[in-house]
Amino acid sequence: MKSDIILAGVGGQGILSIATALGEAALADGLLIKQAETHGMSQRGGAVYSHMRISDQPISSDLIPGGSADLILSVEPMESLRYLPYLSETGYLVTNITPFVNIPNYPDIEKVMEEIHKLPRYIAIDADAIAKEVGSSRASNMVMLGAASPFIDIEFSKIENGIRTIFERKGEAVVNMNLEALRRGRAFAEENR
Amino acid sequence: MQKHLFLGVEAIGQGAIDGGMSGVYAYPGTPSTEITEFIQDHPLAEERNIHRKWSANEKTAFETALGMSYAGKRAMSCMKHVGLNVAADAFINAAMTGVNGGLVLTVADDPSMHSSQNEQDSRFFGKFAMIPILEPSSQQEAYDMAREGFALSELTKVPVMLRITTRLAHSRAGVECSEVLDENQLSMPADPRQFILLPAIARRKYKGLLQSQDLFLKLSEESKYNRYEEGEDKSLGIVACGIAYNYLMEHYPNGTCPFPVIKISQYPLPEKLIKRLNLECDELLILEEGAPMVEESLKGFFANGTPVKGRLDGTLPRDGELNPDLIAKALGKEFFQGYDIPKVVANRPPALCQGCGHQDAYVAMNEALADYTKGRVFSDIGCYTLGALPPYESIYSCVDMGASITMAKGAADAGLIPSVAMIGDSTFAHSGITGLLDAVNENSSITVVISDNESVSMTGGQDSSALGKIESICIGVGVDPAHIHTIVPLRKNHEEMVRLFRQEFAYEGVSVIIPRRECIQRASSRKRNQK
Repeated sequence: MKSDIILAGVGGQGILSIATALGEAALADGLLIKQAETHGMSQRGGAVYSHMRISDQPISSDLIPGGSADLILSVEPMESLRYLPYLSETGYLVTNITPFVNIPNYPDIEKVMEEIHKLPRYIAIDADAIAKEVGSSRASNMVMLGAASPFIDIEFSKIENGIRTIFERKGEAVVNMNLEALRRGRAFAEENR
Repeated sequence: MQKHLFLGVEAIGQGAIDGGMSGVYAYPGTPSTEITEFIQDHPLAEERNIHRKWSANEKTAFETALGMSYAGKRAMSCMKHVGLNVAADAFINAAMTGVNGGLVLTVADDPSMHSSQNEQDSRFFGKFAMIPILEPSSQQEAYDMAREGFALSELTKVPVMLRITTRLAHSRAGVECSEVLDENQLSMPADPRQFILLPAIARRKYKGLLQSQDLFLKLSEESKYNRYEEGEDKSLGIVACGIAYNYLMEHYPNGTCPFPVIKISQYPLPEKLIKRLNLECDELLILEEGAPMVEESLKGFFANGTPVKGRLDGTLPRDGELNPDLIAKALGKEFFQGYDIPKVVANRPPALCQGCGHQDAYVAMNEALADYTKGRVFSDIGCYTLGALPPYESIYSCVDMGASITMAKGAADAGLIPSVAMIGDSTFAHSGITGLLDAVNENSSITVVISDNESVSMTGGQDSSALGKIESICIGVGVDPAHIHTIVPLRKNHEEMVRLFRQEFAYEGVSVIIPRRECIQRASSRKRNQK
């Protein structure tokens, strides 16, 4: 088993919460992990990414080689495109469609979506809308993880357990809302893949 | 089974604690900051009362660590590469004094300048000081080296450098921890003159340091972190330093590399291993993160030995960090290069947070300077450096910690009056105070804006050592209290701020304006923690 994932977003959007939930799931599955993060200056509203590598074999590089990522998981549509040089010929792009506009020259969102639609395999999901439906816009990253989950070779129940672990301290209601967000994201991806 | 999923920096923090460290001394700087933060939050550090408060700058940090070493205990000092420039005087001379308790300098380089103003390679500093350098290739090695570094320092009787780069610092992997060692007891140096670098003693100490080089070399040659890996195909021999080893092995999983490889994680360079590679192979390829330090030394001035490939002959780029793709290209490997980035994708540089007090200060400053010619604001290292970008475009320099004040003074000396310095509270405490003293002593016509957000913000909101002390420091240095003003940078105070700026820009002498409002990131994290 090998899953090379690029997580993408904007500093402050909390992409590392996705990595943490997935990391917990992978550890529980006895898998090996390497995960390179963006810290420092870019966290101030700049483009941020994380290279997350999960495997049942030892992993050498902390960075994913170009053209070999199995998945780009982006919480922002334009950011999903920034990492296309990493996507493999068989890889999936899974992205939220809600733009995060903090620059004056943010492109026309229609043009961004056109580029996404050109790819052979993608899921474009309105994670913010689904998150609001399940109770909080803050659950949108878990909707995104759910939408990506069909393309990650880890048992879904282990990912659910990962979410339980990281939200445990915040009480049962928060855990259940995030689990619901995860399931709704997964259901969307299953229907639209 | 993996025990902990640690960032490289966290692995170093854990390794230092487990190695019996009694104190960590540091100033925040990406990518080194989280080592100290990890120790600050660690229950065993609390239980053992390990020193873990931030220092005012890297020089004070390193010197304090040296003092702890003098008293027989194990200490670590952590900083980013450019921080070592600040601490260099203490560091180089500590190689002369030697240590009593083990002393490890952890320095985190930032090739590709993700969050830095240059990409200098700290291994040169280690070589310059003539001390052993450790360069981990993995988070596990980072842990082990931090833990064992103190003993290596005590064995070699000099400080040991632990050098990492951004990718290792900020990447997570599984780390297995070893037994926790006891701290050292308080003990005085055996030689009471060990730390007195009077010329007569220093000359003797220097001869001792030179004589120790043989021991350092022997330790490198026998180090478990350096090894020669056999390969059938002798057309090429590869030297892979630190994390570059992982990028190489990405292309040869499960020991399938056809070429002989030397993995280097301890310096000085292990001569015997390298001589063997040189004898056996037709060509050498040097993979190192940072500058071509090893490559230069193997190539030699006349390049008349075995051909050496790397960053100097264009096989690899001369600058920037390495990655698996660059190494694939250097090895002539073909790979699918992914999809192109569509042209529609715009750059998204970092920016000041919405609601940040620096924004209000810049808006007012721009208005107050509108009547003067441009190019008068010298700035410094911190979030406010983002004031160089639109929509502010307020500043004209960012060089090193504290340079805003001294450059403004120099420009005023040249006749550019008024000149303005824009510096943060923590940077002022780090290296701004002495420059202000220079300006006061000559009554230079400068206005120093200390944009005080009561935090070291760019690195994540650490405590600023000048908290609550800025006015008294300025008065103590000799600034006329009538020309020290504090204001809350909020839109409702805009007119007052502009008036103050105008008034002090027109004053012929040293003035200080302190726009003060807590960093909004720090305020929100403080409120979250209070809940």
